[in-house]
Amino acid sequence: MKRFVYINDESYQNDYCDNQISNTKYTLWNFLPKNLWEQFRRFMNQYFLLIACLQLWSLITPVNPASTWGPLIIIFAVSATKEAWDDYNRYISDKQANEKKVWIVKNGARKHIQAQDIRVGNIVWIRENEEVPCDLVLTGTSEPQGICHVETAALDGEIDLKTRVIPPTCAGLDAEQLHKIKGVIECPIPDKDIRRFDANIRLFPPFIDNDICPLTINNTLLQSCYLRNTEWACGVAVYTGNETKLGMSRGVPEPKLTAMDAMIDKLTGAIFLFQLAVVVVLGSAGNVWKDTEARKQWYVKYDDDEPWYQILVIPLRFELLCSIMIPISIKVSLDFVKSLYAKFIDWDEEMYDKETDTPAHAANTAISEDLGQVEYILTDKTGTLTENKMIFRRCCIGGTLYGNESGDALKDVELLNAVANNSPHVIKFLTVMALCNTVIPIKSPSGQISYKAQSQDEDALVNAASNLHMVLVSKNGNNAEIHFNRRVVQYEILDVLEFTSDRKRMSVLISDSESGKIFLLSKGADEAILPLAYSGQQIKTFIDAVDKYAQLGLRTLCLAWRELGLQEYLEWSRLFKEANSALIDREWKVAEVCQKLEHTLDILGISAIEDRLQAGVPETIEILRQSGINFWMLTGDKQSTAIQIALLCNLISSEPKGQLLYINGKTEDEVARSLERVLLTMRITSSEPKELAFVVDGWALEIILTRYKEAFTELAVLSKTAICCRVTPSQKAQLVKLLKSCDYRTLAIGDGGNDVRMIQQAHIGVGISGREGLQAARAADYSIGKFRFLKRLILVHGRYSYNRTAFLSQYSFYKSLLICFIQILFSFVSGIAGTSLFNSVSLMAYNVFYTSIPVLTTVLDKDLSERTVTQNPEILLYCQAGRLLNPSTFAGWFGRSLYHAIVVFLITIHVYANEKSEMEELSMVALSGSIWLQAFVVTLEMNSFTFVQFLGIWGNFAAFYIINFGISSIPSAGMYTIMFRLCRQPSYWITMLLISGVGMGPVLALKYFRYTYSPSAINILQKAERSRGPMYTLVHL
Amino acid sequence: MDSSNAAGTSNGGSGDGDPAAAARRNTKMPKYSKFTQQELPACKPILTPKWVVSVFFLVGVIFVPVGVVSLLAARDVVEIIDRYDDACVPVNMTDNKLGYIQNETISKECTRTLTVTKDMKQPIFVYYQLDNFYQNHRRYVKSRNDAQLRDYKKANQTTSCEPERTTADGKPIVPCGLIAWSLFNDTYIFNRGNENLTVDKKDISWKSDREHKFAKNVYPSNFQNGGLIGGAKLDSSIPLSDQEDLIVWMRTAALPTFRKLYGRIYVDLKENDTITVKLDNNYNTYSFGGKKKLVLSTATWLGGKNDFLGFAYLIVGGLCIFLAFAFTLLYVIKPRKLGDHNYLSWNRHPAGR
Repeated sequence: MKRFVYINDESYQNDYCDNQISNTKYTLWNFLPKNLWEQFRRFMNQYFLLIACLQLWSLITPVNPASTWGPLIIIFAVSATKEAWDDYNRYISDKQANEKKVWIVKNGARKHIQAQDIRVGNIVWIRENEEVPCDLVLTGTSEPQGICHVETAALDGEIDLKTRVIPPTCAGLDAEQLHKIKGVIECPIPDKDIRRFDANIRLFPPFIDNDICPLTINNTLLQSCYLRNTEWACGVAVYTGNETKLGMSRGVPEPKLTAMDAMIDKLTGAIFLFQLAVVVVLGSAGNVWKDTEARKQWYVKYDDDEPWYQILVIPLRFELLCSIMIPISIKVSLDFVKSLYAKFIDWDEEMYDKETDTPAHAANTAISEDLGQVEYILTDKTGTLTENKMIFRRCCIGGTLYGNESGDALKDVELLNAVANNSPHVIKFLTVMALCNTVIPIKSPSGQISYKAQSQDEDALVNAASNLHMVLVSKNGNNAEIHFNRRVVQYEILDVLEFTSDRKRMSVLISDSESGKIFLLSKGADEAILPLAYSGQQIKTFIDAVDKYAQLGLRTLCLAWRELGLQEYLEWSRLFKEANSALIDREWKVAEVCQKLEHTLDILGISAIEDRLQAGVPETIEILRQSGINFWMLTGDKQSTAIQIALLCNLISSEPKGQLLYINGKTEDEVARSLERVLLTMRITSSEPKELAFVVDGWALEIILTRYKEAFTELAVLSKTAICCRVTPSQKAQLVKLLKSCDYRTLAIGDGGNDVRMIQQAHIGVGISGREGLQAARAADYSIGKFRFLKRLILVHGRYSYNRTAFLSQYSFYKSLLICFIQILFSFVSGIAGTSLFNSVSLMAYNVFYTSIPVLTTVLDKDLSERTVTQNPEILLYCQAGRLLNPSTFAGWFGRSLYHAIVVFLITIHVYANEKSEMEELSMVALSGSIWLQAFVVTLEMNSFTFVQFLGIWGNFAAFYIINFGISSIPSAGMYTIMFRLCRQPSYWITMLLISGVGMGPVLALKYFRYTYSPSAINILQKAERSRGPMYTLVHL
Repeated sequence: MDSSNAAGTSNGGSGDGDPAAAARRNTKMPKYSKFTQQELPACKPILTPKWVVSVFFLVGVIFVPVGVVSLLAARDVVEIIDRYDDACVPVNMTDNKLGYIQNETISKECTRTLTVTKDMKQPIFVYYQLDNFYQNHRRYVKSRNDAQLRDYKKANQTTSCEPERTTADGKPIVPCGLIAWSLFNDTYIFNRGNENLTVDKKDISWKSDREHKFAKNVYPSNFQNGGLIGGAKLDSSIPLSDQEDLIVWMRTAALPTFRKLYGRIYVDLKENDTITVKLDNNYNTYSFGGKKKLVLSTATWLGGKNDFLGFAYLIVGGLCIFLAFAFTLLYVIKPRKLGDHNYLSWNRHPAGR
């Protein structure tokens, strides 16, 4: 499918959408139904709605329907309001963008219109620092060379300025002509690839001959970019509105579910089944009792002939009575604490990177607990472990190694001498360094030259060349000027054979303006360049140099050149142009054509660039490995460099402590044998305390992932450490997927665009807002400034979040079960007829206020100080293995709620027996008993008390009495005067003390016993921590 | 502020001076507060043996005396209970108790003799006790309409009163519902020798009920007019607020065994006094095997004769003291050094994790 855009042609009507941007999810009309529909897709909400509807049937409802409808409506209103507010803000920003005034050309004259009225085919004018309103094909700029600069930060997060050029066919048109330009652009249908635009343009006479001119992404101005350093630019709108590259790439990422959420869902399901069982058992018991006993109780006056549905009435009543087993408040509580966890990450001063002025940020507020349960970290190397600040360190030119003594070739006297003596090898080498790149030199008014480079390696090479007196002074269009030893050399850049990750090399075709000779300058990875050497060249020294540099952890690039004949160039140039204007498979076709030129190269030498480790990386990895997290390093770099970096940052240990197992081979058989061997070694040595790691490269990995996935999965389970080199972005994502399929919690961390897929695939994606732009950080759930913050993110934030949620969620079930068990127990003394002991107001307030507020203060709870955790990272195991929230801990809470319900109920009915057994009083005594118990339970389970906790627990306790005094003074309320009456009775207070004592005594004794005689590691550390310091937090010590 | 600097420099390294603080305002550095850094001063108690033992000991020390006092209070109460439902059935009717109670022609009068076991100080509370009577049954407890009782204009509001809403011809019943319909209707007259012991039936209901729940201007109407008579009839010339037996009855009991206040006797009774009770045994508990008891009781600050609290306190207090001793003993025999890192499992097995 193709799209034909007729430039500036009023007569040609197209039905492409206008430029109205809409990011909103709802409209005013569909908000309510659509939002409700979305909310009711959740099982919990469906369940509560069903319960609420059943309650409308007054025959079966034990309580006022308001006790469920109230909270349900509140919960729905809260999430709906949040959605509406977000959507409104989106609407406002859309409106602003849509109503912005832009200049377009209409009937040969410029016109000021709103951005939303731009149509495909219009010519749009943009001035400096203006935002591009839609996707344009550049047709003219103010610069004579036909270039303009754009900032694409909003699109891909990259902060450097990019150069955009007008297609050659439009070159040289002045503003007057641009108004009248006519033509057709043939382009693909809208897609979301912001790096590709395979189109072509043909202008109609009289502007130029009827020649098709290819267009690439470099000829476009994409929506949301800003025009910089250019007075004006104009272009033809090709994609508008939501069909722009930006609009198309906007998608709603799938919500991630944490392991804890899954566990809570599972437990909810179990409770639901339990509830059904209770309903069936009690429902049938109730029906039996009704037929045998209740019919004799004349005062109940059961009819003898009842409608058929009467048999359902009692079970349904129990269903409603037990519906509170699943706490309606849990979702709201969890959402609240989760957003606070995220805020704590945003607020954390210790994760603020001073150097780049970036605080940590949690873009996904829902998955903090997963941080504490990470088992595998898959990390990128460049820019993640290293600084991505490239420094030219050594080189090997024509067989001579420079920079060996000082470790800095730029200070090597030999090299400086060679430069001064115009050694031909060195000059060629430096020329390639200075020219074989896409760097833009920018001259400041003071004459200082600075370079804008998209790749850090190119930046390092150009800077190093200029330090060695080969200065790239300017690049004006196709002309490059170089100063070498005060000599000015002019070159014409004929073509750029761009770098792709498949080719792993780039080349530039230049012609010397003086001699007219044409040269091909190439640079790239050693394995991409060395095989292309002309036959007969001795490349052994280069291979040795590459090995040597790689062992030092340096990044190597191989530089080469070749002289071309004019005829050869012209022939090739035609092919190249053809390939470049292809609409289908352009990248592949171009690569093929490039290959035709890149051969019989003269290898000039090897450059070695250092990429230093970020501060704190080895320590961070050491601690995280101690805490039981396995590390896999996935890098596009070569094997030896990767291993070297891995050694430097504690990822692997050197012999004899550690051992590396290599999986390699070129053919399937070789790879299979190698994999089998490694797997065998792994199995044998898995019991030994030896650190094994396997190393695999992208080629072998591709074979393995397609053919031997099962064996590899076994290997992945056995191996704590792995190094995967030369892997592509999609392989990174595949590896994450593989680990996920083994039920491991994975965290992917990276900094560049090539890590985005892996970051999105992993359970948790962490982006480092580094030098390669913000692309990774934007796609990630968490973004941090430096790798070392990962330690704090996992050990402190992840661990605390896990602990807190574990308590909060189980407690929520505990308190709901408690009140529900009391109701069930009461049904045994009320003729199993489904009478509710508690009134509607109490039931609702119990769930919504009395018991949910104190436990929310758990967001400030810390079982261990941050220092203790970092000193004993092994403690993370408790979170990783999910020891604080699993069916058995949950069973403990379940048992506790059953025990407490029995205590409350039995004590209440024995004290408030006979003449005291008035319904309202007894119900309030039981409720107070539950409130007392829950206050003590929260107190006992909380590990640290700030004033917030004190206020939450005991303030809530006081609030319970105040609220009930309030209700007790309303004459029309059912419980009028009850609370006053009770509080005057000594027996009430004595009962409360008894309930607390009996309820908490065994819990305390059991907890103490376990704490002292079979303590968990957490308990031991708690004791160690407290015995060394005073009773308050140790953070400042 | 000290701590703020400490936190700030811990990773930055350079000493923060005032210029740095000023520069901070222009950065994206998170603003420091003890809350945002999760550094609020906190007290972190742990379960040390000393602490736990003292808590148990303290609870025991408090509970035992409270138990003793409660038990003494309960023992102070003198209580006479007389079950009369079986005894009042004529000998020839014991096989057909239901027939007896449902036959209106048979006189329900019955005389019981009670002996005072101990001196009883006035006021003496007279209760009737019903066993196996489910005032808390779902169908029963909901069968009332409070609005109707509170406001004479709302006499027609009989929703939720099923199945005693209206008479056969559709007139609203006041008070409607099963609770009122099944009002207890046994009556008692007490004599000591020849002296009549007056039972004061004033103020037996809650004052708040008389003033706010049962209005002075609402009179019973169409009550117990239907074919099936439940319990007592009401005098339709007396406003509901003065129908204290009804008010007491309508304070439903939460348990199937309950006592309701019948009246008070303001006379001291001596040990071995004989009291004859002339009662009308009208109320049907025979159909479901319920018991009826007449209770005379004094009261203390803790209420009636109920040993439960006293015993419970004594047992719990005793257990607490026992636990305190047991924990102390255990600790002396098998001490554990607090927070010994050697107990950490990963220190014991450095290899296995």
